[in-house]
Amino acid sequence: MKRLLIAFLLLLPVSALAEEARDLADNPAIERRMINLAEKVRCLVCQSENVASSRSDWSNDVRQIMREKMIAGASDQEIMDLLVERFGKSVLFDPPVDRETMPLWAAPFVLLVFGVGILMFQLRKRRAAVAEPSLTPEAAHKAATLLEEESKS
Amino acid sequence: MMRFILPLVIFLVLSAFLYVGLSLDPREVPSPLIGRTAPAFSLPLLDDANKQFSAQDMKGQVWLLNVWASWCTACKDEHPVLMDLASKNIVPVLGLNYKDKREDGQAVLRRSGNPYLLTLFDADGKIGFDYGVYGVPETYVIDKQGIIRDKLIGAATPKNLAERILPLVEELKKK
Repeated sequence: MKRLLIAFLLLLPVSALAEEARDLADNPAIERRMINLAEKVRCLVCQSENVASSRSDWSNDVRQIMREKMIAGASDQEIMDLLVERFGKSVLFDPPVDRETMPLWAAPFVLLVFGVGILMFQLRKRRAAVAEPSLTPEAAHKAATLLEEESKS
Repeated sequence: MMRFILPLVIFLVLSAFLYVGLSLDPREVPSPLIGRTAPAFSLPLLDDANKQFSAQDMKGQVWLLNVWASWCTACKDEHPVLMDLASKNIVPVLGLNYKDKREDGQAVLRRSGNPYLLTLFDADGKIGFDYGVYGVPETYVIDKQGIIRDKLIGAATPKNLAERILPLVEELKKK
């Protein structure tokens, strides 16, 4: 009897923990959709993590809100729009291309064009520096006679 | 001459970028709610669960909404600053006790003083979410029309109050 009681008591905290994961068991389809979406959302408290993998309180809340909205019938896009409206575009891991982010997207290409420009300029300058000096007719004649003497001797 | 000027210019530009970049706080995400109407709410008060208060009740006044919690350490540093602000009677400060236990929140105010005109109790953080709260403390400046004008992320300090918040409050009061 005593053993049975101990066994029962040992099981107690486990069943209490099982409560936490109930959402998942309740609706695996929603849970999968939620995780998919949460992977695209930045955790603002721990900025290099996404909401799906972060264990911060804030991420827990966002996941819970996603679940609730999904159960209420909101589309993924609607939930994303809501998050952007509240927290700004920085919550998106994939920054959209728009007027505000255009300089960021364009910067690498601008730098590339700039770099290629400098390279071309430098190459052209170097080519001019090492170009064969053109000979005047007299100098060419002198060189020719020198070479001729050389081959005779 | 060009040989020296070009690297120097590149160096200066890089230094300028680094200087600005390092002085920015990446945790401070600009709120998209600035310039928009403060989300409506109706919440019970921290010290009286039966009384409701809504954002609507502050129409016509410039006010600050300070989000805090008993579990937040930065709020403890901020508390004396808010006490000082409250004693000056410049602007009403409302508290939003965020994701807290009612007794814990009440205990903080009993122990270290109450700088708030009144404190709203947001147990599950739903209103905090509407306001885009992600790190307590946060302080919102809301104008007479109920539009959010600025948001402090992190603790209010004598410096950011004097340089940023209070001048804005004075300006909004005149409108």
